[in-house]
Amino acid sequence: MDPIFVNSKKALLNLFSAFLPDWTVVLVSIFISIGAIMVLGPFTMMYLTWFERKLLGRIQNRIGPNRVGIFGLLQPIADGVKMLTKEDIVPEGADKAVHLLAPIAIVIPSLLVFSVLPFGRNMTAVNLNIGVLFFLAVSATTTLSIFMGAWASRNKFSLLGGMRSVAQLVSYEVPMVLSVVPVILAAGSLSTVDLVESQGGWNGFKWFVFTPWGFTAFITFYLSGVAECNRTPFDIPEGESEIVAGFHTEYSGMKFALWYMAEFMNVFTVSGLTAVLFLGGWQGAPGLPSWAWFFIKTYALVFVMMWFRGTLPRLRVDQLMGLAWKFLLPLTLVNIFVAGLWFFIPDLRWRVGTAVALLGLTFWALMALNRTALPEKRTYEFAE
Amino acid sequence: MNPAEIKTKLESEFPGIPIQIVGEGLLLGPEDLVRVARFLKESGEFKMNYLSSITAVDYLEHLESVYHLYSVDQRTGPVVLRVRVPRDNPRIPSLVHLFRSAEFQEREAYDMMGIRYEGHPDLRRIFMWEGFEGYPLRKDYLPENEDVLEWDDVEWLERHGVTVPAEYKQYAQDLKAAGKEARAERPKPGAEAV
Amino acid sequence: MSPPVLEKTFQASDPVLQDTETFEVNLGPQHPSTHGVFRMNVKLEGETIVSLKPVMGYLHRNHEQIAENMSYLGSMPYTDRLDYFNSMSNNFGYALAVERLAKIDVPERAQYVRVIMAELTRLVNHVSVIGFLLNDLGAFFTPVLYAFREREKILDVFEEVAGSRMMCNYLRFGGVKRDLTPAVTERIKKIVRGFPKFLDEFEGLLTRNEILCIRCQKVGVLPYDLAVNAGITGPMARASGVNYDLRKVDRYSIYDRFKFKIPLGKIGDVYDRYLVRILEMRESLKILEQALKEIPAGPVMNPKFAALAKAPRNFKPPKGEAYGRVEAPKGELGFYLVSDGTAQPWRYHVRAPSLINLTVLEDLCLGHKVADAVIILGSIDIVLGELDH
Repeated sequence: MDPIFVNSKKALLNLFSAFLPDWTVVLVSIFISIGAIMVLGPFTMMYLTWFERKLLGRIQNRIGPNRVGIFGLLQPIADGVKMLTKEDIVPEGADKAVHLLAPIAIVIPSLLVFSVLPFGRNMTAVNLNIGVLFFLAVSATTTLSIFMGAWASRNKFSLLGGMRSVAQLVSYEVPMVLSVVPVILAAGSLSTVDLVESQGGWNGFKWFVFTPWGFTAFITFYLSGVAECNRTPFDIPEGESEIVAGFHTEYSGMKFALWYMAEFMNVFTVSGLTAVLFLGGWQGAPGLPSWAWFFIKTYALVFVMMWFRGTLPRLRVDQLMGLAWKFLLPLTLVNIFVAGLWFFIPDLRWRVGTAVALLGLTFWALMALNRTALPEKRTYEFAE
Repeated sequence: MNPAEIKTKLESEFPGIPIQIVGEGLLLGPEDLVRVARFLKESGEFKMNYLSSITAVDYLEHLESVYHLYSVDQRTGPVVLRVRVPRDNPRIPSLVHLFRSAEFQEREAYDMMGIRYEGHPDLRRIFMWEGFEGYPLRKDYLPENEDVLEWDDVEWLERHGVTVPAEYKQYAQDLKAAGKEARAERPKPGAEAV
Repeated sequence: MSPPVLEKTFQASDPVLQDTETFEVNLGPQHPSTHGVFRMNVKLEGETIVSLKPVMGYLHRNHEQIAENMSYLGSMPYTDRLDYFNSMSNNFGYALAVERLAKIDVPERAQYVRVIMAELTRLVNHVSVIGFLLNDLGAFFTPVLYAFREREKILDVFEEVAGSRMMCNYLRFGGVKRDLTPAVTERIKKIVRGFPKFLDEFEGLLTRNEILCIRCQKVGVLPYDLAVNAGITGPMARASGVNYDLRKVDRYSIYDRFKFKIPLGKIGDVYDRYLVRILEMRESLKILEQALKEIPAGPVMNPKFAALAKAPRNFKPPKGEAYGRVEAPKGELGFYLVSDGTAQPWRYHVRAPSLINLTVLEDLCLGHKVADAVIILGSIDIVLGELDH
């Protein structure tokens, strides 16, 4: 059950190599991988939208879509048809070329990063030995696409949204990248496949999340990832209640669908990378195949992201920047130091003790230093 | 405190001030309004620091501006001040610098009745759009008759490719020549079914 | 002496501002969070607000002139549509003004029914306002739907009593239109019993939520003096510490028979306004419990005016004027009526709390960011129907 996809790909290739020369078999192999991702990407995105609407509906005390198909399962298809058939409105003074390019420029990186995610044992599309670096670098180019979209719309609200978005994305790149550093130190490699394999064994307790520095890195990476995806509570770029729809106000039809698709694919890939880095990737109990474990962990993290959306209000721009620069960044720097110490202290109890103590102290110090940003308790008097 | 007592106190504070009691309110002249309001607001026994409502009323010979003042600290009831101005030149000093709640209410009275409040920092129309002519709540206001084509309407229609029959064009030209506007009849009071 | 104004003003000579250009943005009239068609002309310096001018009149429906052509009773359905969330309170204000004008008595049971309906309306309004405030904050509709779950129960009661969920047209001069059946009374008692638990759950999710706290505290602070001077009433004033609730000051209807307190805030920021509304809901529940226990049997309509609906134009109040005001959930709702002895009022004026409470919008928003302007507007709690009448 585990190597089902790997074996079926090998069988197909054997089939082709019977009547094609060797170099074309390589090409066919590449196209099979690309085809798998091109099907998986949009398909995941469609059913993630379904999942989100049902989940938000349940959080909000109502049923989500349930008319189109049983349990609303055909709803994403209906949405797709709707988006395809909508009129494509471009504002009069907008820059048409950039307006067209922006959504395309954001979908491409979102799809590209699927290629380094290890979906299961031997199931990575491209085993780059700089996998994590590739992921982080390529997903950072979405900043430019968002700004392109905002600028090309010739709309003050979009511009506001675009500016906020660039500030937010750039700020949250820093803690995101820095929280990956301890993991790379521990595993000794940037390749995603090696990262997952180094978390094997010990019945799952070798996952990086079970170490103090790994846990801290997990929290900071996940929060930065949520910010990178422009999800609540960090969704000021598309802050619906303030600047209408932010940078994608002026997009309709298929272009809007592309923005939406890119957002959900980002959600999936960021959760996937978190699972790979900290939760052991496809490692899991032998009862289920490895790719099932990967999807379970990824969807659990996606569920948490959607839970945030249904529950939390949004942060204001300056508070959001404050969180990134004044809280997450110092924490990740100390975390790197603690991870380094972890590997120098031989005795287990001393190791855990020092790590926990240092991280706890940093956390407390940062909360104390950021006291002005924290809420205060109020009392009210009652008059007759 | 009933109006008679307030009148005696005001007369003792400002000797010779012309005050009449009309209904439950005190009728003042426009020039006395500000000092009476200031006295009522700042004096220790009244402390009327809350201006609840400014209403403009059109009594056919004159326009009237009615003020309801309350005291938040002493919780005393309304002191009603009234100011009468003639229809053709209605000007009343503004109370904005004493009570900020007058800001929007005076604009509303200006918009609806045409009373100019002098000293108001930003006296412009609040509900009707800029460029609206006329004061809707006056008793002699006639709304525009939208069923009659005026010359501007005829020109717009022709510009957009509609042929306007000759009699409508003629009527519009006649209206323009006479310098009149098509006005509707004001509905008679009680003309509605209920 | 000029009225107190907040010290934050931006001068053109401020060194920070010299090299930048202000950016003028129109928030509205079509906007998801302006609570109706309302426009704010905002000048921004980066993200900080330098000037804000509200523009209103998009929903001006000529209410006052229509009333001059209608009989007194004929205007009652129009008052429903003033503040379309709280139709019972609007009816109450108008009925009070006319009863003061024509010196009409209201029987006991009708007074109790009026108070019950007014307090239920207050619950409906406060809970929806908090939901919408959180919607502006970005908590994508979850608090709104929790609030609407309770609102639905109350709207079902309104439908059973008055025939319509929102535009109730229930009060009449001299009483109410229809009596409360025992079934409806039982339903109201059930709602009142279940409401504290809902409020605890709602508060538990919101009051100590850190994101809510840091976004709402110290934002849009309204000082006491400015509140009194600008004529602010309702929960907005009470959050700034102004102890002025018309139910205690005027003691209109039978409010002096009930024991309840007035919560007062100290700072007057958005968080105080939110929490004062929650505390007021708890006090309203106390009034409802007492009213439901003490409600006597009897007629719900003054017999002299019971047949008014068949011939409304026979109702000709004596010449005079009256100003009737009630504590609507949004503030002081006042109706000023001038009668000339005929069946139509000579002048009918609505003192809308939403309009007056907006006087200080610019003061509250200066120096804050665009995101704050939206939540400050949400905490002022305006309804366009009433603002533009």
